[in-house]
Amino acid sequence: MSSSHFYSSITKKIIMSLMGLFLLTFLLVHLTLNSFLLFDKNLFNEGAHFMGTNPFIQVFQWVLFAGFAIHILYGIILQIQNWVSRPKGYKKRAWMEQSPFSKYMIYTGAIIFIFLAIHLGNFFFVKMGWVGNGVPELGGKEDMGQLVIDLFSNGGYVAFYVIMFLLMGFHLDHAFQSAFQTLGLNHPTYWGFIKGLSRVYAIVVTLGFVIIPLVIYFR
Amino acid sequence: MTKIDSKIPEGPLAEKWTHYKEHQKLVNPANKRKLDIIVVGTGLAGGAAAASLGEMGFNVKVFCIQDSPRRAHSIAAQGGINAAKNYPNDGDTVYRLFYDTVKGGDYRGREANTYRLAEVSNNIIDQCVAQGVPFAREYGGTLANRSFGGAQVSRTFYARGQTGQQLLLGAYGALSKEIKKGSVKLFTRREMVDLVVMKDGRARGIIVRNLFTGEIERHSAHAVLIASGGYGNLFYLSTNAMTSNGSAAWRAYKRGAYFANPCYVQIHPTCIPVHGDYQSKLTLMSESLRNDGRIWVPKKKEDAERIRKKEIRPRDIPEEDRDYYLERRYPAFGNLVPRDVASRAAKERCDAGYGVGTGLAVFLDFKDAINRLGKDVIKARYGNLFDMYERITDDNPYETPMMIYPAIHYTMGGLWVDYELQSSIPGLFVGGEANFSDHGANRLGASALMQGLSDGYFVLPYTMQNYLADQITVDRITTDTEEFDEAEKAVQERIDKLLSINGTETVDSIHKRLGRIMWDHAGMARNKKGLEEGIKMIQELRKEFWSNVKVPGTKDGINIELEKALRLADFLELGELLARDALHREESAGGHFREEHQTPEGEAKRNDKDFMYVAAWEYAGDDKEPVLNKEPLVYENIEVKTRNYKTA
Amino acid sequence: MDLKLKIWRQASPTDKGQFVDYDVHNISTDASFLEMIDILNDELIEKGERPVAFDHDCREGICGMCSLYINGHPHGPEAATTTCQLHMRKFKDGETVVIEPWRAKPFPVIKDLIVDRSAFDEIIQSGGYISVTTGGVPDGNSIPINKEHADLAMDAAACIGCGACVAACKNASAMLFVSAKVSQFALLPQGKIEAHDRVKAMVAKMDELGFGNCTNTYACEAECPKEISVANIARMNREFIKAKLG
Repeated sequence: MSSSHFYSSITKKIIMSLMGLFLLTFLLVHLTLNSFLLFDKNLFNEGAHFMGTNPFIQVFQWVLFAGFAIHILYGIILQIQNWVSRPKGYKKRAWMEQSPFSKYMIYTGAIIFIFLAIHLGNFFFVKMGWVGNGVPELGGKEDMGQLVIDLFSNGGYVAFYVIMFLLMGFHLDHAFQSAFQTLGLNHPTYWGFIKGLSRVYAIVVTLGFVIIPLVIYFR
Repeated sequence: MTKIDSKIPEGPLAEKWTHYKEHQKLVNPANKRKLDIIVVGTGLAGGAAAASLGEMGFNVKVFCIQDSPRRAHSIAAQGGINAAKNYPNDGDTVYRLFYDTVKGGDYRGREANTYRLAEVSNNIIDQCVAQGVPFAREYGGTLANRSFGGAQVSRTFYARGQTGQQLLLGAYGALSKEIKKGSVKLFTRREMVDLVVMKDGRARGIIVRNLFTGEIERHSAHAVLIASGGYGNLFYLSTNAMTSNGSAAWRAYKRGAYFANPCYVQIHPTCIPVHGDYQSKLTLMSESLRNDGRIWVPKKKEDAERIRKKEIRPRDIPEEDRDYYLERRYPAFGNLVPRDVASRAAKERCDAGYGVGTGLAVFLDFKDAINRLGKDVIKARYGNLFDMYERITDDNPYETPMMIYPAIHYTMGGLWVDYELQSSIPGLFVGGEANFSDHGANRLGASALMQGLSDGYFVLPYTMQNYLADQITVDRITTDTEEFDEAEKAVQERIDKLLSINGTETVDSIHKRLGRIMWDHAGMARNKKGLEEGIKMIQELRKEFWSNVKVPGTKDGINIELEKALRLADFLELGELLARDALHREESAGGHFREEHQTPEGEAKRNDKDFMYVAAWEYAGDDKEPVLNKEPLVYENIEVKTRNYKTA
Repeated sequence: MDLKLKIWRQASPTDKGQFVDYDVHNISTDASFLEMIDILNDELIEKGERPVAFDHDCREGICGMCSLYINGHPHGPEAATTTCQLHMRKFKDGETVVIEPWRAKPFPVIKDLIVDRSAFDEIIQSGGYISVTTGGVPDGNSIPINKEHADLAMDAAACIGCGACVAACKNASAMLFVSAKVSQFALLPQGKIEAHDRVKAMVAKMDELGFGNCTNTYACEAECPKEISVANIARMNREFIKAKLG
């Protein structure tokens, strides 16, 4: 039985887009916090401490994980249906997509997922004490900043993170405006603005995430 | 003494239709469910009728030749649809629309039918608006109108340059609604190849060929409606779609239905000229272009010649050396004269050596309109047509005038029907372009859509019910009868014969030759000698077809060559009847122009004394001459005059 | 001009099918693409071979019958043009042209380049109309309609139902087709009455028939011969949300 009997294609897409917008907001928060590291490690540690102890955030992080899970799950379901809907492909198919990265969302998405696992392994799991030797301490407090700095002193890691962030940028470039389109928020008077904003968001977030490891590495 | 009864109701003209409806017989809802109706064709007439009959509760089976009812050729009508709404307050009335239509048809249409057409025209607009047809609107939100050939009022409603499409999609929506409900059953990719008439003389079914599987199928019903369009493709090159054909009507004719006025063929003045012998069809440029475009040829022959040789460009010819011949000859109507008049005038200029392009073309110039209104206004009005023109010809009409030439477009002739749109075979109804119609000898622009929808929504549902009221005691018709056996066998034999000839000429090459004969001998201008020659040539070509055509493939599955061969076989017979009709009609009227019958200025000259009748031809056998039945035309409400578009 | 053609040949719905190479010569640049195939077919018939089956009818770009995936584009590389209106002057002498049928699960190949598009009819039957019956409707001018909305409705209604959007979409999604019809009626006061039921029914039918999901690639808009805007898809999404929320 096709899953379309549970939810219509549009409902599934709406869920995808709402989760996606939620994750886009999260990325902005994450980036803001990371950027503290460029100015002051202590400030970053304060932020990390707040995130790690605030009860609301503690609950919310599970909501965030759920958001990821739903976004990924629906992404996979939709993609499988899309593959099934064209059993035989074309011999020659020109480039027709107007949103260029839309073509590779499942692939960039899968890569982001792998990256996410590694990223969690690098930080979150360490912090939770599930892997590694624990977070270094400074003045009796967890020095998350140092954990990051240590990691990014490794050129290999920096290169890996930079490439991953670029791929994530491609995902975001399509994602932002696509979510608006799916939610029906496309009108000639503001559609150009949304598309522009989407591009700006993708570039700013990608550059932001890319610059931080580079700055740490070369500092 | 004529055998023909047109069943025109008694009473004053304006009350005939009301009178009819008040006294017609009805079928109660329980009985409607027991009555089957076959509808052949899903264009405006067929689609609208099938939907309306389904809504009323009849069991309808509808057949279309394409893969979807939405693709019927009504979809290609560009300009608009007439109605006597008088929204622009320019003095329009039902009577005036009726009058213009009869006059435009050169007084060869039936008064009562034409009046009814004008009368229900307003209902059509209301119906289509309710269906969500996006007609053009004024800024105040009311419906917009534009003017069209043959009228001095603005009564044409339109949906950009795609009015036919939008009206058809409206009917298609209504039909889809009934298909979902189950009252209409849809059969696609089916072509009617014969009509089944029972021993009691009633039409009770059809034989169709399934174009996918090649199977021959039998379908029965209490009544049959043919709305299969016109036979313009007889001429090979026309503005009709590739599958448009005359076979359904022709098969009905051979089963006893009269064929009326086949010689009335409309040649549309504004088509893109022929450019090569590989060409498969001609493309119409909407008549609405004549609202703003001015038609001209060079005044001097030497200029025309230099343009043909491409030594000079159109814009090199100064204003004083241009001959705006329609404005010159018909000052009152100018570029908006009816189609037959405009077409003949173009032919006259080209025959006299003033043609441009290949010599068979005239200019349609928007220079003045662009100067007066600006390019943006012209673009808004005709942008899609200009784009289409440029795609086909590679010329930009904003900069250089369009070239146009007349082409076969519409057939006023068709199966003879009475006031109820019933043919001479009881139980066989005919709607839209397939019937001989309300347009007389020439149809005005924007009136085909009006007629198709009038027949489909507002006439046939009443008149067919009137017929079916007598049929409620007749059980569902079985297809297991001798008549069905015989009809199916005849079809099978025809197909087997075509596949067995295995000659050397392709179907298309013979069709092209037929088209050439028709165009040269029975085209825009006809004469006795040419028609007689033409008839002989058609007969010879028919013989050649049946002995030397090459139809590859088998009868199973899709075989497009076989489909075309079956249609051409019928055209080869219909062509002869057309020429015979043209030969017998010793006058010029509307789309039928006999060179022997013209005024000294070259205008058509009717002969009302001898020819004010509908020629309804009756099939008498393959080797026999058809019998001519005459339905006299009586004009009680209109003064018959010589058509005059020179003065108001 | 001369061309090399690679054409998909498939004898029946169950046949496996394959590409076959053909050469055509001395084609006029003024010929249309379909006339070029007509010429090829004439030659094939002369040689006693089976002609190439393809759908076409009006040949003036309005009936929506013609299809063909030409050099990787539905209706060929020319924008806003149906195959029947595509002319050979848009090709280069000696060029290789690949011609394929529409590919989508709900559009099975019937023969060669002909596919079955009755899925589109089924979608319309599920609710793509205003449920009025003949007669008994108000005067055409009794409901004034804002000109801007009437024009937008006309833009959407211009869809010819050819299926190029499905063919172009990497997901074989029918959203542009469905949304054009939903939009046309959503924009008109007459259509608003059934708007909720219409959008739900049409989307459900579209899903049931096995069309893919829209991922907003906008390939459909780029390839639509009538340039139907993807703003219609957004409008349909909006209508769908409104319908679901009551």
